[in-house]
Amino acid sequence: MSANRRLSYSLAINEALHQCMAADRGVFLIGQGVNSPWYVGNTAQGLLERFGGKRVIDTPVSENAMTGAAVGAAIAGMRPVVEHPRVDFMLYAIDPIINEAANWHYMSGGRSACPVVIWGIINRGGEQAAQHSQALQAMFAHIPGLKVVMPATPYDAKGLMVAAIRDDNPVVFMDDRWLYRDEDIVPEKIYSVPIGKAAVRRKGDDITIVASSYLAREAVKAADILHHEGVSAEVIDLRTIKPLDTAAILRSIKKTGRLLVADGGWRSFGVASEICALAAESGIGLDRPPVRLTLPDCPAPASVSLEKVYYKHCEDIVLTAKKLCAR
Amino acid sequence: MNLTKKTMSDLYAMMVRIRYCEESLVGPINTGEVKTPCHLYTGQEAVAAGVLAHFTDKDHVFGTHRSHGHFLAKGGTMRQIMAEIFCRETGCARGRGGSMHLVAPEVGMLGAAPIVGGTISLALGAALAAHIRGDKRVSAAFFGDGATGEGAIYESLNFASLHKLPMVFVCENNLYATHMPIRACRNSEHIAKIAEPFCIKTWRVDGNDALKVHAAASEAVALCRAGKGPAFIECLTYRFRGHVGPDDAIQGVHTDIRPKAELAAWLKKDPIVRLERYMLGRKMMSAAGIAAIKRKAEAEVADAISFARRSPRPAPRDLEKYVCK
Repeated sequence: MSANRRLSYSLAINEALHQCMAADRGVFLIGQGVNSPWYVGNTAQGLLERFGGKRVIDTPVSENAMTGAAVGAAIAGMRPVVEHPRVDFMLYAIDPIINEAANWHYMSGGRSACPVVIWGIINRGGEQAAQHSQALQAMFAHIPGLKVVMPATPYDAKGLMVAAIRDDNPVVFMDDRWLYRDEDIVPEKIYSVPIGKAAVRRKGDDITIVASSYLAREAVKAADILHHEGVSAEVIDLRTIKPLDTAAILRSIKKTGRLLVADGGWRSFGVASEICALAAESGIGLDRPPVRLTLPDCPAPASVSLEKVYYKHCEDIVLTAKKLCAR
Repeated sequence: MNLTKKTMSDLYAMMVRIRYCEESLVGPINTGEVKTPCHLYTGQEAVAAGVLAHFTDKDHVFGTHRSHGHFLAKGGTMRQIMAEIFCRETGCARGRGGSMHLVAPEVGMLGAAPIVGGTISLALGAALAAHIRGDKRVSAAFFGDGATGEGAIYESLNFASLHKLPMVFVCENNLYATHMPIRACRNSEHIAKIAEPFCIKTWRVDGNDALKVHAAASEAVALCRAGKGPAFIECLTYRFRGHVGPDDAIQGVHTDIRPKAELAAWLKKDPIVRLERYMLGRKMMSAAGIAAIKRKAEAEVADAISFARRSPRPAPRDLEKYVCK
């Protein structure tokens, strides 16, 4: 067993599924396209052959009932992972996710639980337009009873999937196809990344950059560029959107006095807004007003000319951070 | 089918328990003591009792907003349900769910929810779990005629059939989706037919005849246990009370638009009276036996109400206690 084994983000998810299904007979995978790389890349490879069609269930186009079935199976004692090849398609399943799964433990007075993983893949760019692009983490994070995780690295992709499956609550696991080919060291053994704990990816003193998922990766790149330009940026990768690791964020902004939040969702009522509100309510005196770097309040466009200004990347973080740090 | 005396008397006793539970709530609802929206099951008792007579504690059931009957017939206790309806800490959902979220996982009553059609796919999932585990459990979803307007039921029928899942779809067709008569909702009153395009075996029975419901459910459950599910039972029935509360007097306005003659005709088909007559006629039970069952139910309900009344409400400090496990 190599200590430095490298694995891609998507294969790290695949390994998590393999190991969890081998460890617990209650774990099964259900969703549209789980047997098709067209839908899920290589995240599900080898599962059908290893665990059979009863536990790896490719479904008709039926998001509402399939998600409901996963929720019901969870209530009946299983640990299902229900996969949606795009977050957009998950909207058909809002009823079982929000009305049923999220509320289940509460409205049963703790007598019943719903340990389901709702796996929504963010898949955007490539002129796919407004219904093949949405990143709706803020919407799910708004709902009491749901946890929301968004891994940025291959290590976290595996560890958070394992943690999500082991968690006794409904967990929305959102990954990003833009990260699927990223490679890093991923331990071969099964391990979990704690839900609710952020990671400091770069230490710095001048500015705190809070980000998650794809934008956390971009923020790390941005911090390295900023370093060469004399700006010391601290990067906090949220890893979990809800429950939010408020302590990690507040500790950092207390030190840097500047806050830039980068989020792949829309600007209004979003994850970035929540973190700015947290900073404001904390009473920590920031040197500059906080800044949100998000999508504009606008649906995803098709044309690449519009996509270029719509999505945010490393260079947007660099520019925004420099502006915020300029004296 | 010939039922044993014991089976028939159990069936009857369950219906009586449900009826007494429901009717005992009329007073507390009218005085405002019970505020949680109660969708009373009076009139439909034969369905829950007849179907769930074939379910063991290991089998799984999901209900609806009108699930007092399902809860009791699945084995939930009178004290648990009454305390929940009174929203007390001792209720089956510790006062967090109220009348519409009855749950007793220890006897397979996995839950109930008032999102119309919302629990059908949950029961589908319980059947899928049984299919994966190969443990011979059967699941049931109870739903009303109104739920046939929801897309999730057709998705669930398709998937259940595709994988031959051990699930019984039980439609309680009481002819009204809240205030809407069935003919204002759909062109055909024949609901069982919706399962046929999915190659699912269906039954359409007089839902006020406990023996007919019992017989259909016996076949449906056997089919599911033999791995030849799913099954679909339509029970033609009628609620004797309002959609919600005793008589649909909502904020002082009487909203029950059902014709008085229609209600009167259905009252003559009271499922409890019918079973009583059947048993007396065949000397399967004596008048004294019937009276004893009623007395016992009455005492059980009185005890449960008294238990609920003296139970504490949830403490304010526990408001956020069960958000996450």
